[in-house]
Amino acid sequence: MMPELSLNVLDVAQNSVRAEASLIEISVLADTLEDKLTIQIQDNGCGMTAEQAAHVEDPFFTTRTTRKVGLGVPFFKLAAESTGGSFSIDTAPGAGTTVTAVFKLSHIDRMPLGDMTSTIYTLITMNEQIDFLYLYQVDDRSFTLDTREFRQVLGDVSFQEPEISAYIKEYLAENEQETRQGIAI
Amino acid sequence: MKSLEELKAIRDRMQGQVGMRSEDDTQTRVVVGMATCGIASGARPVLTALSDLVQEKNLHNVSVTQTGCIGLCQFEPIVEVFEPGQEKVTYIKMTPEKAKDVVEQHLIQGRIVKDYIIPKTLG
Repeated sequence: MMPELSLNVLDVAQNSVRAEASLIEISVLADTLEDKLTIQIQDNGCGMTAEQAAHVEDPFFTTRTTRKVGLGVPFFKLAAESTGGSFSIDTAPGAGTTVTAVFKLSHIDRMPLGDMTSTIYTLITMNEQIDFLYLYQVDDRSFTLDTREFRQVLGDVSFQEPEISAYIKEYLAENEQETRQGIAI
Repeated sequence: MKSLEELKAIRDRMQGQVGMRSEDDTQTRVVVGMATCGIASGARPVLTALSDLVQEKNLHNVSVTQTGCIGLCQFEPIVEVFEPGQEKVTYIKMTPEKAKDVVEQHLIQGRIVKDYIIPKTLG
């Protein structure tokens, strides 16, 4: 198991990277009234056949060749379902993949969301060939980060330039703090 | 809320002083395993520490990247260092603290941190 849900997001998003997506959309929606946390990772990558999709929740299925088990998706599914939540994968060859995990926010077995800033920061700066759209919402407050907007401002300046990567980190951390307003997720 | 205006200001300030990253054969590559095994055992803070330190120390000839599963899951987090003309060095069971030693001793001073490398018989 992953000690925090943000690590599941980082892990599952790596599948989107490997699926050669050009756009990855990640959303974290916390609804305290409905006591629900929804995490969605959507990509426009190569997608999976019905057979692959049926197998992907099985720990002993993986497309890699370096080892025989693939625990990324099973970990995420278990993390959601052990809170009384749900888990689904929507995919088709050529149509991308959407992974949705729903958690009961107040459930004792729900892992903390953890450091989403580090997860998104790592994904953005390590995969400059891919665009990311990140939405973080708590009740009626939210913020987004769209790397396409960043790139429009920056032209060909790399996200790995120290000033830029520092800005990205601060953007994520400050906006999350203002959106959460002290609510622990 | 932080806005895009701020990014524009940074961009304007940087105009003309953006150093081109040298991508030739003098480049050292530092690669962190970021598959499920790596992430579950703490690769994310190791990767962040490495890229922060490389920036902080202005190591223009070093690039930090990620890879998938290296196939030695029990030794994760794993960091591999590829220097031009040198044999690959594999560091195992890394932490942000050990990453700092690798940057200072290996990447800056050129001394492999022997205590952290994988034993020859296992690699």
